[in-house]
Amino acid sequence: MSTPAMSAFEAGLLSCTTCNLLSRPADPANPGYCPRCGAHLVWRRHHSIQYTWALIIAATIFYIPANLLPVLTTTALGSTESDTIMGGVIFLYTSGSWPLALIVLVASVMIPLGKLIALAYLLIQVQRRRVRNRHDSARMYRVVEFIGRWSMLDVFVDAFVVALVQLQPLMSVEPGPGVVFFMAVVVLTMLAAQTFDPRLLWDSERERQEFNG
Amino acid sequence: MEAIACRDCDLLQHIPPLPPGGKARCARCGETLATGHADPFRLPLVFTIAATIAFIIANTTPLMDLSAVGRESSTTIFGGALEMWEQGSQITAVAVAFCAVIAPGCHLLFLLAVLIAVRRPPAPRWVGEMLRSAHFMEPWSMTEVMMLGILVALFKIAQLATVIPGTGMFAAGVFVFLLAAVLVTLDSREVWARIKWADGTLPPTSAGTDAAGTAR
Repeated sequence: MSTPAMSAFEAGLLSCTTCNLLSRPADPANPGYCPRCGAHLVWRRHHSIQYTWALIIAATIFYIPANLLPVLTTTALGSTESDTIMGGVIFLYTSGSWPLALIVLVASVMIPLGKLIALAYLLIQVQRRRVRNRHDSARMYRVVEFIGRWSMLDVFVDAFVVALVQLQPLMSVEPGPGVVFFMAVVVLTMLAAQTFDPRLLWDSERERQEFNG
Repeated sequence: MEAIACRDCDLLQHIPPLPPGGKARCARCGETLATGHADPFRLPLVFTIAATIAFIIANTTPLMDLSAVGRESSTTIFGGALEMWEQGSQITAVAVAFCAVIAPGCHLLFLLAVLIAVRRPPAPRWVGEMLRSAHFMEPWSMTEVMMLGILVALFKIAQLATVIPGTGMFAAGVFVFLLAAVLVTLDSREVWARIKWADGTLPPTSAGTDAAGTAR
């Protein structure tokens, strides 16, 4: 094929976000529904930038209590001890398992923070209408989208520690208030990655005026 | 057309283009000479059925047993969420139950429905809806994350008590691999190519070619 590279929009075609069928809408201002799967057709996800920003800001706010409040409270023979996420990492490290400490550190602290920074960076680039390196930005988006679910790790760790260590009256573990905030950070950043439309990174000047004006 | 000599009787013959799943037999001795490329949904369906069995075992048998100072406790996947709920962290409990049990279960159920219904094209429209729901569930189905979480949890508990992994743990591990196999072998374009269109028309007969090719 020797056709010059052009986007579907430039060719007057629209790809369905559900089933990927290309169709030529009769009225470009109001594309209607996909003839194959019946999904609502959109040129770019509606309000992608605003929704993604809203989710990122909410996640950033929750990130603070998620790290400051305890996620686990251990009661053993009358004494009570609380652990934050970082405390859990340090516990794993000092008890001799640095690989697990590293996994939890990466999954629970670095990935959520990295996702927030990466998505904000992508959004700022799109809004300033100057995407520096499109290939790198696209790769960054894919990594963010792929890696997000692994942050849920700490929530599962806490759930199973709580479920197993119920040896009343000797010892019991309760979930702390930090878990809810941490889980909210993970869910919100996953949703943020889903609402961001990666096509915005590749749009030409004409397409930007159309979708991001 | 491709010339071939029968392996059994050495008769030289041509093999015609074969339909999917079709077989070419030797004109003289009846030996199978070639098979058309297999049904693209057979392998995903086999993996999905196996994954469903593993999923059921993983959720009904204990994940692990714990014994400390003469006391014993054991938990299932759902039990982990239930304990969270009882300890007053209801929102987290719901999230754990969703990501560890409900999302993988629905994901499997939707895939199973799609793969069974699509065997007889043209598939009805609800199959498309099911496929869309399966894609929606995919990122929230976190069994492999849960497995790693259990590993870390086990290590944390190891100093307090003896922990023995149960049947559920092994089944969950098998489930992770089988689900990955389903996702690798299933081509959703092939599914869409066999579903009745929303505007009432039948899918183009050349199943497997993307409609995008003709739109240009």
